[in-house]
Amino acid sequence: MSTARAAAILLAKELRLEFRSRELLITTIVFALLVIVLFSFAFNPTAEESRRYGPGLLWIAFLFAGSLMVNPSFAREQSNSTLDALRMAPMPAFAIFLGKMLANFVFLAVSEVVLVPAFSVFYNVSLFGIVGRLILVLFLGTLGLVVVGTVFSAISAHARMRELLLPVLVLLLLAPLLIAAVEATASLFTEQPALDRTWVSFLTGFDVVFLTASWLLCDYLLEE
Amino acid sequence: MAAISTPSKVGISFDHVEKRFGSLVALRGVSLEIQPGEFVALLGPNGAGKTTLLRLAAQLMIPTSGQINLTSGISTRAAKHCIAMVGHSTLLYDELKASENLSFFAQLYGLDEVQSRVESALEACGLSTRAGSLVRTFSRGMRQRLSIARALLHGPRLLLLDEPAAGLDHQGLAWFGATLARLRGDDCTIIMSTHARNESLDFATRAVSLAAGRIEKDTGPGGDPRALLAALRAEA
Repeated sequence: MSTARAAAILLAKELRLEFRSRELLITTIVFALLVIVLFSFAFNPTAEESRRYGPGLLWIAFLFAGSLMVNPSFAREQSNSTLDALRMAPMPAFAIFLGKMLANFVFLAVSEVVLVPAFSVFYNVSLFGIVGRLILVLFLGTLGLVVVGTVFSAISAHARMRELLLPVLVLLLLAPLLIAAVEATASLFTEQPALDRTWVSFLTGFDVVFLTASWLLCDYLLEE
Repeated sequence: MAAISTPSKVGISFDHVEKRFGSLVALRGVSLEIQPGEFVALLGPNGAGKTTLLRLAAQLMIPTSGQINLTSGISTRAAKHCIAMVGHSTLLYDELKASENLSFFAQLYGLDEVQSRVESALEACGLSTRAGSLVRTFSRGMRQRLSIARALLHGPRLLLLDEPAAGLDHQGLAWFGATLARLRGDDCTIIMSTHARNESLDFATRAVSLAAGRIEKDTGPGGDPRALLAALRAEA
């Protein structure tokens, strides 16, 4: 069984499980929306302030949503020891990670489809003319977020207090990604939008490094 | 993708295997050679090391020291095609339907004719009328039957059973016994752990008793396990 094929089968299973209940997706979207709306009411920012602080707020909302979403990735495999069944199946260990990363990416992407327009409305930030470049930044930032989040979901799955442990671990490691994603997004929210290639390169490098590390270490990460 | 060829008979050997969990020693220098086609009853009280031995055989753990080899000399990749385990947990997704669970694992094992295999497996374990029900709606016995059906989907040659009869009712035990008899006739190697007497042990060709991580008694291949099993019956 090839990695891609096995990951696709796992992705289909994850999507089926989530879209059957939609619990995780709806809860997370509502939570992240509340963050955006409450900040809007609390600070009532001007257009200039929105352009300045909006990218940070937007990525913090994604970060909160992401850390909530990746938490059950491996935790839900604990209840009936289904992770054992996956580990016994004739597929590379990385396929398990890849399937879960892809599923988390889809979930977070769906959230962003709701959150970004809401942000645009509440903070009066026009997305006209920057959608394509913004999607590139969102893609790279989201990928890094789910790669790190999924790996740490596997690490913390056996831990007590994993709901607290995971965000603490993930937020620390994601600080560089957060800075890069915020800066890249901020470069698009200026009056003369121009994508900052330095930060985009940093995001790409971050994704490549952590994806490669997860591929190299996946066997050890799943070991008891 | 080239098909993986799996041997028709698989044995397994444990050579001075030790497994530690921190300061806890679960297995202490266990050496055991199980011939292809044997049905080994793994006996012993709670904490004797039965589950650890089975998990090591299933490649879910790596021994702290010692070696475990499949005697057919097949690769690790091919080994996964011929090993199956039924554990304490069901290894099933509660939020998937019975048929979806089996289809998912059939696909992961790269099996062909998934639909018909799933239907046959559900028919065999008596759950065909509940194929479309979520597993979380099943009783403990039904889950265990589905768990056994899942393990047998890919036609394993080495079957590892950890207290497999737990939760099975009279009808379930009868089905399980018939399944074991069929597998025995098919030369499937079976290692079944239990600390309680049940009818399925009557098929055992060898009994190995563990205590405190060591092999206490072993009737050996070709030996008579009845005395050890009778002792278990007497304890029960």
